[in-house]
Amino acid sequence: MPKLRSGDNSAMALLQISEPGQAPDPHQRRIAVGIDLGTTHSLVAAVRSGVAECLPDTEGRVLLPSAVRYVDRERRQIGFDALAARAGDPANTITSAKRLMGRGLADIANRDAMPYRLVDEGGMVKVQTVAGVKSPVEVSAEILATLRFRAEDSFDDEVYGAVITVPAYFDEGQRQATKDAAELAGLNVLRLISEPTAAAIAYGLDNASEGVYAVYDLGGGTFDISILRLTQGVFEVIATGGDSALGGDDYDHALADLVLAQSGLKVESDTDKAALLAAVRTAKEALSDADSVTFHARLAGAEVRLDLEREQFDAATRPLTDRTIGAVRKALRDAKLKPDALRGIVLVGGATRMPQIREAVAAFFGRPPLTNLNPDEVVALGAAIQANQLAGNAGASDLLLLDVIPLSLGIETMGGLVERIVPRNQTIPTAMAQDFTTYQDGQTALALHVVQGERDLVADCRSLARFELRGIPPMVAGAARIRVTFTVDADGLLSVSAKEQGSGVEAHVTVKPSYGLSDDQIATMLQESFSTAAADMQARALVEARVDADRMLLATQSALDADGDLLEADERAAIASLMAALREARGATEAATVEAATKALADGTEAFAAQRMNQGIARALSGRKVESL
Amino acid sequence: MNLQDTDFELFAVPATFAQDRAVLDARWKELQREAHPDRFAAQGASAQRVAMQWSVRINEAYQRLKNPIRRASYLCELNGSPIEAENNTAMPGDFLVQQMEWREALEDVADEAGLDALRDEVDAGRARALSSLDRLIDDKGDYPGAARQVRALMFIERFAEDIDAKAAQWGQ
Repeated sequence: MPKLRSGDNSAMALLQISEPGQAPDPHQRRIAVGIDLGTTHSLVAAVRSGVAECLPDTEGRVLLPSAVRYVDRERRQIGFDALAARAGDPANTITSAKRLMGRGLADIANRDAMPYRLVDEGGMVKVQTVAGVKSPVEVSAEILATLRFRAEDSFDDEVYGAVITVPAYFDEGQRQATKDAAELAGLNVLRLISEPTAAAIAYGLDNASEGVYAVYDLGGGTFDISILRLTQGVFEVIATGGDSALGGDDYDHALADLVLAQSGLKVESDTDKAALLAAVRTAKEALSDADSVTFHARLAGAEVRLDLEREQFDAATRPLTDRTIGAVRKALRDAKLKPDALRGIVLVGGATRMPQIREAVAAFFGRPPLTNLNPDEVVALGAAIQANQLAGNAGASDLLLLDVIPLSLGIETMGGLVERIVPRNQTIPTAMAQDFTTYQDGQTALALHVVQGERDLVADCRSLARFELRGIPPMVAGAARIRVTFTVDADGLLSVSAKEQGSGVEAHVTVKPSYGLSDDQIATMLQESFSTAAADMQARALVEARVDADRMLLATQSALDADGDLLEADERAAIASLMAALREARGATEAATVEAATKALADGTEAFAAQRMNQGIARALSGRKVESL
Repeated sequence: MNLQDTDFELFAVPATFAQDRAVLDARWKELQREAHPDRFAAQGASAQRVAMQWSVRINEAYQRLKNPIRRASYLCELNGSPIEAENNTAMPGDFLVQQMEWREALEDVADEAGLDALRDEVDAGRARALSSLDRLIDDKGDYPGAARQVRALMFIERFAEDIDAKAAQWGQ
């Protein structure tokens, strides 16, 4: 489809219910957690008495291995129990599910080394288990639900909401899959934030430092590099890059290949593959402290012993390390910065304990990286600080994250070419528009193909969604003016709308990526509910709906008290009757009834709230003008 | 303050081509502090939607103000001389000769030193064009003239990308 010209998006109305960042009831403290959903380990953290800390399980362990074992149709083991049983039941023990999130079978690197059976049913890859075919979203939901219960046990209270971290380099499909998993685990997602940004929060607040920082985050299965600028509590991401299929796991596989090559062994069975991986992981960790170790494992019925030098390991993994440095170089180029312009380099992720990583990073930047926080915990801690603030808890720190999208978004135009609409490293939230036209006389429909990636050919980018704009009035070719608007929200999730400007015909999609789950699939999974019984879910929904109703009533009342004089008498009466209707509906037993009445009040006060927010922002901004300009 | 305000009004800066980048950066962060959806995360979906509209608008204005070419285009458009680069290729006369020479030079360039020299020349051309924008807009208020200069700058940007692409091909 031919491009017309770039256009700017129009503005709309707005609303505010209570003062920015303030919970309606300051005495009610909300339990808000940060969750680091990792490839190999996951953690949950929360702010307690003003300090962020990782929450331990009943045995005092903060790390939860990201492993789920399906024992039979009913039972499952999660975390250490799953890991312990893995060697005996590798086919039903899912580890590294994060690598599968939002991915098709063809996207999965090293899939032959995975000791469980991947299933290609089109769309997102799944795993065949004794409990049936499981999507990585369901597996991740098990882990998230386990962490949610851990937090609820710690506080003896419901979790109000969670900030969940994703690799900065996660694309739309992977982000959406993560959000779906959280929903499935019964979590209210306050925000998805990127892992390096979360780490920067934990570091920045600890060190109270200003300047430009690089966060090098090598996790179990993903690699991120983010360049951030810290000024007065604002964390501005300038550029981000990485590889969502490169992590510590790959170092394990490289070491496994080295062991096999040296010993001449062949490993065929799933049990042997799992045993080999467990043994190389132990050897890898030992090599972080020692220059040489003795590898031993029981493989194919034989005892294997082998001396391994760190130098051999470094050489075998040099291409992996070089790939990370290549991504660092590219991110710095995007940020238009030289390595010496940075104030510091922060290492995040357990894999950054490997000496070859520390050496490579130090060599590139010409100085040693910062490692004073535990690289396993720092992401969860930063997420907890952000969650506490987003929940509006009193005394929360006053920080602001300005994050970016990692990959460009565009649509397919004639000849299989990509027209970029939102370039990578654009600060979110953002809305950008481009005008297109029809290429045939009398054309009444337009197919839109939304893609993500940096390449010029559609075939080289990731396909996110397809939708159609129909009902365009017949015109000569080139006469229609179709404005396509991409909106990326603060979670980094995309929605796309298309509107023919002359006729006003519109189409809109919230991008559910091709590899994502449909709303129906999520509803079905929720009904089949694994960790949470269906009745429990309904009760919870009703409680939440009533809390929302109370909050809405309280907020409306305080808005009326403060600025009721902005309203005409009839507008005031209309709001009063909506409030009365909501008080009535609050007693209902169906969550949907309560929600509908809450929504009616929200809709009915939108114009009033818009006036207040305009007034509030205008006042806040003019108040600040003098000191700043 | 409302969403229909111009970028300059929103940022409380004069509607001129000359801008202090440090002021824009600071103002951007101040505005986002008031309007970012994170400020309203505990207040439900409709508050999120509204905050997002503000936040998007502020980001849009910031992107336009901090980029000299986009800022100049915007000033031309506000003052009745839209750029319309697709339909209107009017550029300063001497620039037409210049761009043909550059194109030929890029075709003929044989080594990296030659590419670097061409890049330096284009950078100097960009600096000249930007300083003439300053004069055309802020001193003379000649928006049609500024629009022609903006079109020339858009060509320079594309040409600089072509140089980078050639450098990438050579593995620089």
